[in-house]
Amino acid sequence: MFKWFGKVNFSPYTKVAGFAQELRDGRLMASRCKACGATSFPPRADCAECLSGDFEFLEISGKATLHTFTKIVAAPTGFEDLAPYTVGVADLAETGRLLAWIGDTIAEDEIQIGMDLQVVPRIFEELEEIKVYYTLEKPGTAWTKTKSSA
Amino acid sequence: MSRVGIIGIGHGVFGRRSDATVQELAFEAFRDALEDAGIARDDIDASVIGSVPEYHKQRSLPGVVQEYLGVNPKPTWLTEVACASGSAAIRTAWMAIKAGVHEVVAVIGCQKMTELSTPEILGLMGRVGEVQWESVFGTTFPAYYALFARRHMHEFGTTRDQLLQVAVKNHHYGAMNPCALFRKEITLEKAKESEEVATPFQVYDCCANADGAACVILASEGAAREIAKKPVWLDGMGCATASMSVLRRPNLVGLPSAVEAARVAYEMAEVGPEDVKVADVHDCFTVAEILAYEDLGFCKKGEGGRFIADRQSYIGGKVAVNVDGGLKAKGHPIGATGVSMTVEIVKQLRGEAGERQVSDADVGLTHNVGGIGQYCFVQVLRRD
Ligand SMILES: [Zn+2]
Repeated sequence: MFKWFGKVNFSPYTKVAGFAQELRDGRLMASRCKACGATSFPPRADCAECLSGDFEFLEISGKATLHTFTKIVAAPTGFEDLAPYTVGVADLAETGRLLAWIGDTIAEDEIQIGMDLQVVPRIFEELEEIKVYYTLEKPGTAWTKTKSSA
Repeated sequence: MSRVGIIGIGHGVFGRRSDATVQELAFEAFRDALEDAGIARDDIDASVIGSVPEYHKQRSLPGVVQEYLGVNPKPTWLTEVACASGSAAIRTAWMAIKAGVHEVVAVIGCQKMTELSTPEILGLMGRVGEVQWESVFGTTFPAYYALFARRHMHEFGTTRDQLLQVAVKNHHYGAMNPCALFRKEITLEKAKESEEVATPFQVYDCCANADGAACVILASEGAAREIAKKPVWLDGMGCATASMSVLRRPNLVGLPSAVEAARVAYEMAEVGPEDVKVADVHDCFTVAEILAYEDLGFCKKGEGGRFIADRQSYIGGKVAVNVDGGLKAKGHPIGATGVSMTVEIVKQLRGEAGERQVSDADVGLTHNVGGIGQYCFVQVLRRD
């Protein structure tokens, strides 16, 4: 159900669709290659190191530091109602980087490159629609994790 | 190894061209280039179109351009690598001539953008970022370069003033270019008052969407020597790529594709950055020109801010950069931009750049970036 991922989703079908289900359950997942052990965030099904297509999800803590950020004032089609919004690129403690909105727990004047962050899974349910995403928040920010559906 | 020469150049006026279709824009540049080369339309063996199709209502652009130019039944094809589509077109023409398949090839970079609204363009361009994990957060093209700018400021102490000094310089020279969209000088104070786009960028950090076309005619060494009075040689042709996703880049303070493309181009032309007298670089945003100074080796990594502050990229400095106004003042009709850069450098090497002429310009360079550095093309050009 990767179509759940994001406010506007541009790629509903992917081999890592399970990511969105896990995120709805409160778990942030990287991928790990079963053949060589290489890890990746964003997750990928086909290993960039050894080319194997045999992968598994690996839950990560979401602990991160801020690499860089920008407040977007001029928004693209589909995001106008959110503007202005701030996106950050965060270096994840375990593996890789992610890009996400900086959330409500961090005031604009507190944002600093190098600051510690917590990636927090977010669910947005309205009528028959469900959307999942993640935000960058202050360390220690809590969220709900449901039991594994697997 | 035989060389490939540029024998003709043409450049239309960039801007909001509500007076013309994209093929009409292409025609203006093509007609000028034919006249400049002093050849007939029948002498053209093939044409290559550099353009980004999503912005046009007309599908399959080469067909309509080829017909309007009147070059049927000669072959044509399209190249697309985002904002570097024009240089990709030049590269494929160069390859075709090097391979001995064609002798004289017209390259036309053309684009109509202003039929779409700014949010539509922001959306389309933002999706030159990675759509699965990034565009879902509403990223835009200015925002991506803003992420680089903020990191560059953090690591090297690059300042807002230094960024905007790039815009001041490019508007200064753009004022002297009759083909530029903006032909007005700006001050640092005025630039600082402009609206925010994606922090730290304000309006004056960003190039403007535009319509326009440019054309170069390439020929084999033999044909070029026969036809052209002042052939300019494509002696170094570098091309390289980097990951689509900025999340998978080694750092966010440079473009690895530009470093690699420059290395290849310098090596092929047997020159170094210190030999380059004049360059057109991809200043889609102010920081992009600062990254270019560093990635091309005009200065060390991290020193690009000081390079502009010390006016090293003005005429009379270490290397004259974007003295046609750059994307910033000319406007950025994405498919036409790379070809426009080559046109300008040919003018400089021929000594035909008028009041913005760089003296003793014998080696020139173009640096055309696609997307956020996913693609980069670097050309080293030389006169006899
Ligand atoms: Zn592997």
